[in-house]
Amino acid sequence: MTAVTASSSKKQSLMMSRRAGRMQRLGQILGQSFLFSITSLSAFAVLFIFFFITRDAIPFFMPEAGAFNWENLRQFFSETAWYPSARPGQFGALSLFYGSAMVTLGAILVAVPLGISAAVCLSDVLAFNLRQIVKPVIEILAAIPSVAYGFFALVVFAPLLQNAGGTVLAFGFWIVALPILGIACIIAGQTFAARFPENRRTVAALTATAILGVLSLVLLWLIGGKLSGMSISSGTNAFNVSIILGIMALPTVVSVSEDALQAVGRELREGSYALGATRAETIIKTVMPAAISGILAAVILGVMRAVGETMVVWMASGNAAQIPSPFYNFMEPVRTLTATIAGDMGEADHVTGSERYHVLFALALCLLAFSFIMNLVSEAIVRRSRKKLGKE
Amino acid sequence: MKKMFKKIANCAAAAALTAVMAGPVCAGETIVMDGSTTVGPIAKAFAEFYMRQNPGVNITVGESGSGNGAKSLMNKTCQVANMSRFMKDTEFKAAADTGVMPVAHVVALDGLPILVHPSNAVKNLTVAQVREIFMGKITNWKQVGGPDLAIVSVSRDTNSGTYECFNELVMGGEKIGERTEYVGSNGAIRQRVQSTPAAIGYAGLAFVDDTVKALSINGISASEATVRNGTYPIARPLFMFTDGYPKLGSHLHRLVTLCLTEEGNSMIKETGFIATTDY
Repeated sequence: MTAVTASSSKKQSLMMSRRAGRMQRLGQILGQSFLFSITSLSAFAVLFIFFFITRDAIPFFMPEAGAFNWENLRQFFSETAWYPSARPGQFGALSLFYGSAMVTLGAILVAVPLGISAAVCLSDVLAFNLRQIVKPVIEILAAIPSVAYGFFALVVFAPLLQNAGGTVLAFGFWIVALPILGIACIIAGQTFAARFPENRRTVAALTATAILGVLSLVLLWLIGGKLSGMSISSGTNAFNVSIILGIMALPTVVSVSEDALQAVGRELREGSYALGATRAETIIKTVMPAAISGILAAVILGVMRAVGETMVVWMASGNAAQIPSPFYNFMEPVRTLTATIAGDMGEADHVTGSERYHVLFALALCLLAFSFIMNLVSEAIVRRSRKKLGKE
Repeated sequence: MKKMFKKIANCAAAAALTAVMAGPVCAGETIVMDGSTTVGPIAKAFAEFYMRQNPGVNITVGESGSGNGAKSLMNKTCQVANMSRFMKDTEFKAAADTGVMPVAHVVALDGLPILVHPSNAVKNLTVAQVREIFMGKITNWKQVGGPDLAIVSVSRDTNSGTYECFNELVMGGEKIGERTEYVGSNGAIRQRVQSTPAAIGYAGLAFVDDTVKALSINGISASEATVRNGTYPIARPLFMFTDGYPKLGSHLHRLVTLCLTEEGNSMIKETGFIATTDY
């Protein structure tokens, strides 16, 4: 507090004339304290949320003061049976943690490669005019209400997966794998050809690329055939939600990592070009390493977006509290923490069923702690990257 | 899904109404109904009809689930709690503690048809078979004489009175298996079943249409007659709860007893439920 007043009094002498009247000084004090209290209100809101959620979460683990219920704690973190309405209720939240982790991982697998590629394209490939149009369009994705995404996932995407799941999977796989394998073939061909003497290099590159190309096409065909033979019994599953959450996290990832790539600056890029690097080499070896902390922060923000999303997972994840078998099976319905809180709140009144009510707050506390830690980490990363770039 | 939008529209309407009523112009009586999404259509039909008859009365209908309805009644934020199940003993106790005396009015009867995709060859299941499907013991339709498809069982969320009813009438103490999916409304169940060939679900009688197939249970199909005479095994009464019995002749009294009149009867039939009385 003292530091604040000291600095504000220093400013006061700068801002206010020595001859300012009493009313003017009073007005200044009032104005400043008004703004200060408004600002502290939002800071206090965070503290209050923490306080009230913790207060209502503790009784689940400690029904009476001092008597810690180890059995509840053990069940909560290590069992998968979630039957809040049974008597006595079973509150094994492991399956819920697993569901949340699974859809978040899936969303990140979708959003991070897509988002970073899009960011690179926006910052280093597209012409400035075009970028001014494309970036706002991508950012519109963030403005679509989550219930609209959920509606799409439930009514369009889920039936599509059920009726033509194999085809959709194979098609998606081809779209992703075809360009990647194409680029890989060309690069491998060039690298291979570099061993040959100058006059035979073009022929060698062409043959190597062609052979690799045919091989990878065969590979694509084999995997695609296997995928298109798959059938999905329930379209509301972790895969569906992962794709939709990935699209929802996309604008965050694109925006933040594009800012980071932009912040790298012209000098580094020009230096790299001056050393004879191609554009691809400049992007991969110079720009991206320099922007890596910003990109990491973008990924973390994307994770937070995915982990906290409720409406889409409640509508389209199937909400079956289980750890899929095998554990990596994304075609099984899962239940997340957020969906459980939203779905079980109605019957869980603190007057009628105390455990059932408090366990939801325990879930909320876990979510809150997770996003708090993630937030701190991303703050630290961003601060470090700013410092680093500032020094350079 | 339509339900969800309706719900949102309702909330918006309710908010708008509250805003209007906050003004000094409107001096009419307000009745707030809240609770089950199953009873919702009846309550809305009643409210619409009643407001047309009595222009001074404002009735808002919320659909937040039976449990939330009971909660609102206890908190005195609604006068009528629409419930698709009877109040639990714990809820009665909590209500009595806050000085609210819940009184049940049976407004209609409802059967819980077991729904499958129209392409499914299965026509009849026993209650025990339905129970084993939802427990996760029967996992393929061929085990009950259907196609070779892994069963996708879909249940209402644990918030709903429909779930409580199903749990009591079908599951009978057994737990619903962990692979069962949960959705948030009757409409969502129908949506999932009509788009999923391997699905099985349950919803209110009013939600059966051409896009889904209702199975007969123990050889009896769900219909008005079989529900009213009690032969269809998965049937239940629908309730409106008030705080004490409303004063005779008051708006509240006339609203909750609307189901006994001829107009009330036809409204209940129109919404797809079964009236307690037969005119």
